[in-house]
Amino acid sequence: MVSDKPRVAFFDFACCEGCQLTVLSIGLPLIDVLKHVDIVTWREAMSEKSDEFDIAFVEGSICRDSDVPRLKKIREKAKLVVALGSCAALGGPHVSANRFEKSELLTLVYGEEAGRFAAGEAGEVRPIGDEIEVDVSIYGCPINADEFVSVLKHLLLGRPYRVPNEAVCYECKLNGYECVYDKGMICLGPVTRCGCNAICTSRGHRCFGCRGLVDDPNVNAAKDVLEEHDYTLEHIIGMFQIYSQRAPRVKELAESAAESDAKKKGSEPWRFGSTT
Amino acid sequence: MEIRVDHVTRVEGHGNILASIKDGKVERAILEVVEANRFFEGFLRGRSHEEVAHIATRICGICAMSHSSASVQASEHALGIEITEQTALLRRLIMDAEMVSSHALHVYFLVAPDLLGLKSVIPLVEKAPDTVKLAFRVKLTGYDLADVLVGRHTHPVAVVPGGYTSMPDPTALAQMRDRFIGLRDDMKTTIGILKTLELPAFERETEYVSLQQPDHYSFYGGDIVSTDGGRVSPDDYLDAIQEFLVPHSTAKHSRWNRDSYMVGALARVNNNWKQLHPKAQKVMEELGFKPPVYNTFMNNVAQFIETVHAIEDAIELMEKLLARGIKEEEVPPITRHGRGVGVVEAPRGLLIHDYTYDDGARLVKANCIIPTNQNYANIDRDLEALAAQIANQPKEDVELKLEMMVRAYDPCISCSVH
Repeated sequence: MVSDKPRVAFFDFACCEGCQLTVLSIGLPLIDVLKHVDIVTWREAMSEKSDEFDIAFVEGSICRDSDVPRLKKIREKAKLVVALGSCAALGGPHVSANRFEKSELLTLVYGEEAGRFAAGEAGEVRPIGDEIEVDVSIYGCPINADEFVSVLKHLLLGRPYRVPNEAVCYECKLNGYECVYDKGMICLGPVTRCGCNAICTSRGHRCFGCRGLVDDPNVNAAKDVLEEHDYTLEHIIGMFQIYSQRAPRVKELAESAAESDAKKKGSEPWRFGSTT
Repeated sequence: MEIRVDHVTRVEGHGNILASIKDGKVERAILEVVEANRFFEGFLRGRSHEEVAHIATRICGICAMSHSSASVQASEHALGIEITEQTALLRRLIMDAEMVSSHALHVYFLVAPDLLGLKSVIPLVEKAPDTVKLAFRVKLTGYDLADVLVGRHTHPVAVVPGGYTSMPDPTALAQMRDRFIGLRDDMKTTIGILKTLELPAFERETEYVSLQQPDHYSFYGGDIVSTDGGRVSPDDYLDAIQEFLVPHSTAKHSRWNRDSYMVGALARVNNNWKQLHPKAQKVMEELGFKPPVYNTFMNNVAQFIETVHAIEDAIELMEKLLARGIKEEEVPPITRHGRGVGVVEAPRGLLIHDYTYDDGARLVKANCIIPTNQNYANIDRDLEALAAQIANQPKEDVELKLEMMVRAYDPCISCSVH
């Protein structure tokens, strides 16, 4: 069967597959979208497989060197590669495993037999963009279903997709939610990329930074907000490391925070996370 | 005959089936698990209890509610946080929501194509649009209830140890109750469809393990029980469940009384069917499901029976919550620091989170035992038994049936290599 519709494929690496599930959960509107494409590979949902595709949606991060060849092959075949969700785009929540030695993690999970797994597991947790060129990134843990549909429409129409690059505060304020800082909690909204419609603050929680930092975060303004509420950067750096451990800016901050923390606490080990 | 199915489809995660059959004898039949480890138990260390709830949920996108519930339960036990009656009711309701959406995904979208001789649900969009709409409706109604309760199914927003950062809106909850009532018709239609389908013949008795509560069908909390005898409280799960490594898997296998056991819908229905909602018991009879059932493929029928149960249970819980009136509640305080175990029945079976916190309420140790880990040894035993039974069939039939066997378990492979 030959069709001139764009051929779409879904792939995944280390992740929870929640972003693909979010796509499936679009429900009936998904069926309308599917009329304009041919889905040729989607292991989670169908048994057909094809090596011929135009658009590859890739969920998950790279956690070990042995996964790289499969990813590179996808890049070779695809005209466009879309990073589907924060694991592919940023490394995902497990990017913070990089804070620990891999050998120690292997021993923790596999005990005496850890050595058996060491070779296969080599390498840091990293976004797919560290290994291949990515055309569009859809951020979020998980992605926002509306944004997925919007990205797909842009790709089908050949229009450039503008990745949201405002802070979560922007969407939070547009919705008229009470500021999380005013409720006495730390929030990563001031420097985190929006596009989630501030879903976490809409339900009384704070932003955990799952979409990563905006391209040019206004760090000084964020510092002012923190100071106004008697917090320092040290308080939030651990939270940033949940999703943005690999962001250079976060790495720098973590180093300086670790230094000042060590000074304050003497021989106490450096602890992660916000104070509670 | 050498069989190699790389990356079994219509399951969550990456697994390969390897089988060797010589002169009608099965030399080997296994599910090889090749998924990358994410080391959640490692990097949860150092996190505050509220961050732990946010992170641990992300072990699985499909059973996010189950991980969220097991995680906060473990933290509450470790930190001596007593939950209110309203929170307890909402927890049960959340599990019902997940059961409906997850079972619907598996039965309608992942298993049904096999029984219709299809490779996916996509051809049905044109051939049987009403059935596809029904499937989406059931799945998304469970999903939407999760939205109302905790902001989102994948991944929940409002769940924290001790309760919620915001309460569900009563008007939205009343609408969800009405939509759940509407699902009763879809259940009737599905029964009609199920009666026309035929599952492969297979029988192999094994050990069935599930939670058990004294007064209701448990998806949340209770003792861990086995059909081989044995009952342990969640804190003592290590006295019963032993994890071990095999050469062909990055995920651990488990055993209790014998070399393998099964968890999931079939184990739960076999162990606790008398506590199912009367309507679900009636459906059980109508579909000729007479527990104990030893055909693993019937796990998918058990999932449907549980869907009917979860819908009825959810309607009753929503009525009760609406009648009581939903109250804003403060999250109760931390009263101690130590170890705590949380247990739930994820759609795929028993799920355990075991945490230890230091005096600053930061996690120092985590152990998570995933349902699919507990099923792996049993999957291998079933693949062996099934391969022996169908050894003389054409290769593609053997391949398909072995794949169907793996699928029957609704495995969550990436979740198992957390």
